[in-house]
Amino acid sequence: MAQMKFMCDAERCIDCNGCVTACKNANDVPWGIQRRRVVTLNDGQADEVSISVACMHCDDAPCMAVCPTDCFYKTDDGIVLHDKDLCIGCGYCLYACPFGAPQFPKQNAFGERGKMDKCTFCAGGPADSKEEEYEKYGANRIAEGKLPLCAEMCSTKALLAGDAQTVADIFRQRVVHRGHRDGGWSGNQRRDQERTRAGADLTGVDELSYDATRQG
Amino acid sequence: MSLCRYGPLGGLLLAVMLVLTALLAPPALAQAETEREAATAVAGVSPDVWRQVRSGEVDANFRDTRFDSNYNLINASGERWRQLRNRWVSPFGLIAVGGMILAIALFYVIVGRKELSEPRTGRKLLRWPLFVRSLHWTVATLFIVLALTGLNLLYGKFVFRPLFGDAFWAWMISASKLAHNYLGPLFGILLVVLLARVLRHNWPKRHDLEWFRQGGGLVGKGHPDAGFANGGEKLWFWLLATAGLAVVASGFVLDFPNYGQSRDTMQWANLIHGVGALGLTAVALGHIYIGTLGSEGSLEAMTTGYVDETWAKDHHNLWYEEVKDQAVPEEAIGGDSRPGDERSETASRPG
Repeated sequence: MAQMKFMCDAERCIDCNGCVTACKNANDVPWGIQRRRVVTLNDGQADEVSISVACMHCDDAPCMAVCPTDCFYKTDDGIVLHDKDLCIGCGYCLYACPFGAPQFPKQNAFGERGKMDKCTFCAGGPADSKEEEYEKYGANRIAEGKLPLCAEMCSTKALLAGDAQTVADIFRQRVVHRGHRDGGWSGNQRRDQERTRAGADLTGVDELSYDATRQG
Repeated sequence: MSLCRYGPLGGLLLAVMLVLTALLAPPALAQAETEREAATAVAGVSPDVWRQVRSGEVDANFRDTRFDSNYNLINASGERWRQLRNRWVSPFGLIAVGGMILAIALFYVIVGRKELSEPRTGRKLLRWPLFVRSLHWTVATLFIVLALTGLNLLYGKFVFRPLFGDAFWAWMISASKLAHNYLGPLFGILLVVLLARVLRHNWPKRHDLEWFRQGGGLVGKGHPDAGFANGGEKLWFWLLATAGLAVVASGFVLDFPNYGQSRDTMQWANLIHGVGALGLTAVALGHIYIGTLGSEGSLEAMTTGYVDETWAKDHHNLWYEEVKDQAVPEEAIGGDSRPGDERSETASRPG
């Protein structure tokens, strides 16, 4: 079976929030909930970088481990879903989640949390009818053979969604063509040049990828 | 096309040029493209950036497009909380509570009930007035409800979900959470009132040390000195006044998330709440045992308000010496309590 994963190529993300909007639109997300967010680090500086974040459908999901009602489950595709009928709004999944994915409607008194809502990888959730599923969890695009709308609509194709192996292959190819010496996450040519100029010895850098166009 | 005018030579020249272009141009073009992309690309995410992300700190140049987000990019503390809760609080809480139940059961089987040393005299001493008794039983009931719902929140999913199925479990766990969250604050307020009311009996005294040295009478012969409250009762009081209040305070932090407390604050509040509450539940089992099955004549102090002279002599000799002249015959108190007699405990002074 496939292992569904998101991956955001931080070098491509332009902070347009198209994914956020696409998600809200596809899933009819409740008021006050935003399943996907775009985080910008070092905003306005030369090394500004943006990354789109939602539920990452962890292999060892902390939300599943701490949930007092055991409302989470993993589909065969590795997608982490939850049953809103079991959710009691205790907030533990929010304490544990590395990505701030779980969110709670807050219309009740004393800030009491409603039923948790999070990204479903556009795979819906447990319900008796299609209408109920859409009402509770949003679209089930996976059932229709489609990928999450956020990734489908990403204008720069920074956000990738799909089987982990395919996503990794696409990214690896990108890294190769981008010409990074030690991988897309950890460096780029310009900085390598700066580091070399500063006297760093980069011959031992992990050759995770190489510039195929420069061979020979 | 103009080359064609030069005839066969021109054709050859064209062919050579094409071959040359094919051989040389693509690498040169690709080279220029990569250089150009590298030169215009974002400066990349340096290890320093990831270190900062991992630390969870955000600076002035951090932006999050979620409207109410006070979060960082990666919440690394979540995993620490998960490990502490699932690997330490949860198993050791079960060991503490379960171990206490076993220990008490063993103690009851081996040592048995603590009987009165002499027959009852039939003369009674007022120990707890109606106000304290009603407060005690309200707090006690709330404590038991909170303990059971709390245990259900921590361990219920391992037992009741497979046992009853999702439909019943959904109702059961959501009722647990609602009861826990709404009764918790009530318990907190009443606990403070109860603690304030009985504080005067619970100031530590020198003879309490001796009480503990003799294990409350278990070690050696005879019963160690005790005033109105003995060492064990004082220990229970001060546990509630410290750990109990910590549990109440951390409970408020968890119960009212509308004051903008951070995720990290709530993680720590949850751990304090869990450790404190499980510990208190274990000790409360001891308190319940001693007050009911464990020793003859104790329960009536908290139900009728009166104790027998023999019981007072056995367990609270110093208090008995102070108030023995205030003893009333059993018939005088009867079934219904007379408000006039219940203005306060028979204690002449705190002890």
